[in-house]
Amino acid sequence: MSTEDSTTGSGLSRRKLLGAAGIGAIAAGAAGVGAGYAAGDKPAPVVPDKDALPIPFEGKHQAGIVTPAQDRLYFATFDMTSDERDDLISLLKDWTKASRQMSQGNDVGDFGAVAGAPYSPPEDTGEALGLPPSGLTITIGFGRSLFVDAKGKTRFGLDGQLPDRLKPIPGFSGDRLDPAISDGDIAIQACANDPQIAVHAIRNLARIAFGRASVRYSQMGFGRTSSTSTAQVTPRNLFGFKDGTANVKVEDKTDVEDFVWVHQEDGPAWLVGGSYLVSRKIDMRIETWDREPLNGQEAIIGRTKGSGGPMSGGDEFAPIDFDAKDDAGQPLIDMKSHVRLAHPDFNRGAKLLRRGYNFVDGSNGLGQLSAGLFFIAYQRDPEKQFVQIQGSLAGLQNDLLNEYIVHVSSGLFACPPGVTTTGFWGEGLFA
Amino acid sequence: MKSSLAALGVIAALGLSACASDPSESTASGDLTVAATDSDCKVSATKLEAGPSTFTVTNKGSKVTEFYVYADGDRIMGEVENVGPGLTRKLVVDLPKGTYEGACKPGMIGDGIRQTLSVTGEAAKPLSDSEELKAAAESYARYVKSQSDTLIVKTTEFVDAVKAGDVDKAKTLFPIARTYWERIEPVAEKFGDLDPITDGREPDAKAAGIEFTGWHRIEKQLWVENNTTGMDKYADQLLDNVKKIVQLGQDTPLTALELAQGSKGLLDEVATGKITGEEDEFSHTDLWDFKANIEGSQAAISSLRPVLVEQDPALVKDLDAKFAALDTELNQHQDKATGEWAFYDELSKDQIKALSDAVAALSEPISKVAAAIAQSA
Repeated sequence: MSTEDSTTGSGLSRRKLLGAAGIGAIAAGAAGVGAGYAAGDKPAPVVPDKDALPIPFEGKHQAGIVTPAQDRLYFATFDMTSDERDDLISLLKDWTKASRQMSQGNDVGDFGAVAGAPYSPPEDTGEALGLPPSGLTITIGFGRSLFVDAKGKTRFGLDGQLPDRLKPIPGFSGDRLDPAISDGDIAIQACANDPQIAVHAIRNLARIAFGRASVRYSQMGFGRTSSTSTAQVTPRNLFGFKDGTANVKVEDKTDVEDFVWVHQEDGPAWLVGGSYLVSRKIDMRIETWDREPLNGQEAIIGRTKGSGGPMSGGDEFAPIDFDAKDDAGQPLIDMKSHVRLAHPDFNRGAKLLRRGYNFVDGSNGLGQLSAGLFFIAYQRDPEKQFVQIQGSLAGLQNDLLNEYIVHVSSGLFACPPGVTTTGFWGEGLFA
Repeated sequence: MKSSLAALGVIAALGLSACASDPSESTASGDLTVAATDSDCKVSATKLEAGPSTFTVTNKGSKVTEFYVYADGDRIMGEVENVGPGLTRKLVVDLPKGTYEGACKPGMIGDGIRQTLSVTGEAAKPLSDSEELKAAAESYARYVKSQSDTLIVKTTEFVDAVKAGDVDKAKTLFPIARTYWERIEPVAEKFGDLDPITDGREPDAKAAGIEFTGWHRIEKQLWVENNTTGMDKYADQLLDNVKKIVQLGQDTPLTALELAQGSKGLLDEVATGKITGEEDEFSHTDLWDFKANIEGSQAAISSLRPVLVEQDPALVKDLDAKFAALDTELNQHQDKATGEWAFYDELSKDQIKALSDAVAALSEPISKVAAAIAQSA
């Protein structure tokens, strides 16, 4: 994976960027200091690349959900290695503090990467020195196993806080799930416009966790496969098709409220303003797909490969006419096409905020790429949304695409709401 | 830039006048504050005592700043980068007697706003001079002595069995003799040329273009060939080298700081060599070595304990808890009746992961021991 797209070649140094980044951060928050700047300083000499700027860490909701999707992902889940409630609380506090620092482009700790005592290991691992914040967001979610063990016994005294909707995702026809890369007590999604920044985040959080939690598995992703904002061009997945045309977009406030955030009446109280994250690692049979004729590929997806317009006609964002037929009376949108089976019209109106990434984990030794889509979706009610839609798609009798994909991992996590400037992730759990 | 340069002049003048008007200004040591703004850089004292100083840099300006301590010719003695507006960061610098400059760099550009710092007094004593640290080193030297005496006895028994062609006995003695070796491994590693020919592994010997000798050469013959053919010369050489290392170790005992670093080194050994099953790739007796490394590390920490308790009681408490947790995890793989350990290739992936987690949990606090020892000087 190359870092060149976002950092080098632009002629901008981190220092200049950071100067501007700091200003950006102030403009967004910290009113007192911001006022001082506005009154007393000259215009910023450099207009930084907006992909390099920091994204506010605090807020009503966690960053990294409706934040316009960045280019890179490093996702990891952790299992608690301690059974002590105090260790869980201190871990969440330490993680929040470090994530707050990293998301604003600062080093982890009081002394950071190079300013500590010579005989101490540096607090920050250092590979982000000289790089801009790069839109880093760090988003946390809690798995069912954090609340109760496999036998339903409480962990950390949290059984009373277990959300009803955080129940195991049912198995689907065609699933080939590997438990070693599924589930986990806690999930962390780090997204940034520079892969080194995303890796730095997970690496430092893993280091902070030693003795309290350890990484269960992790996954790198590149090339966001969904746009989450109307300001973003719809990207392509590794099948070469535009992905996420009909995704929930940040700008559609009604959709975001209805389909992403947990409401008061949904409960539990600690999760209000949060969301549920579903992760699925989907292996793609890239080579056989590439041998499929163009008209076959388009029929399977239900959209043209070039513009992404529906097979019923029109451009990418044209409404889909599921009843349209060709001269021979055959439906233009195949009855088993991906776009039909996944559409809200056939799923009781369900929509998802998808935030997935492409991945390539090298190759499999048989001349084939180990590649696919690391699917991430946020939603208010997993059963009515992801489970409903996946139920329509799964199985060789259904979505034509299933001949070319296989789900190999699964995870469901309850993501708490955002934090205040002094709060920590999930503090409502311990109130 | 112009305003920065002007500010620099003002600060320098202020600094000088402060010194001139008040020559009796008291000398600060230890903790200093730096108040940085977009045009100002105030260090709480300009006269410091030799030794480690901690600068707490607070950025009250609107630009991201940095703070440097420069010696002559702008040689960097310490730096803290990337201090965002409203943030506070710390910098520890060990400064010998001399004249330095502290510099804030608002916007992280230019030469910075500078202030002269003069450091007087004697440099800190070398670490080994502290009585407490001396006692710690001596205590560990006694441990090394007791272990190395037994190491020679057990290595002799092993070598005798090899030379007598008694394969079964040699196999039984191999992990036992190595226990004493692994407990004091930091001592052996200090003698760079002897360690590879005694405890080196086959791929490394090949890469270095030297003959594959030592413990693992004999291990390979015993477990792969199930005989001792041609092993006499390696056995004799092993015993010779072990004796040499023991002698060298007693002649030049580890300092307290080396001891602190050694306690971490032993855990690194476990994390990179034993947890992966690389160390004893033919015999799979890695858990014997694992346990011995942990015991050696614990012995080093015990020797340092009086100093550590004074410096950082919370760290000692954490170390105790993490050592105990690792012991619990590890000891379930020992046959209580025979004292023998499970073979590495009998462990499940989950069991290895649990051991790895426990080692990592201990390694983090252990990595802080050296700094605590250094601070005590």
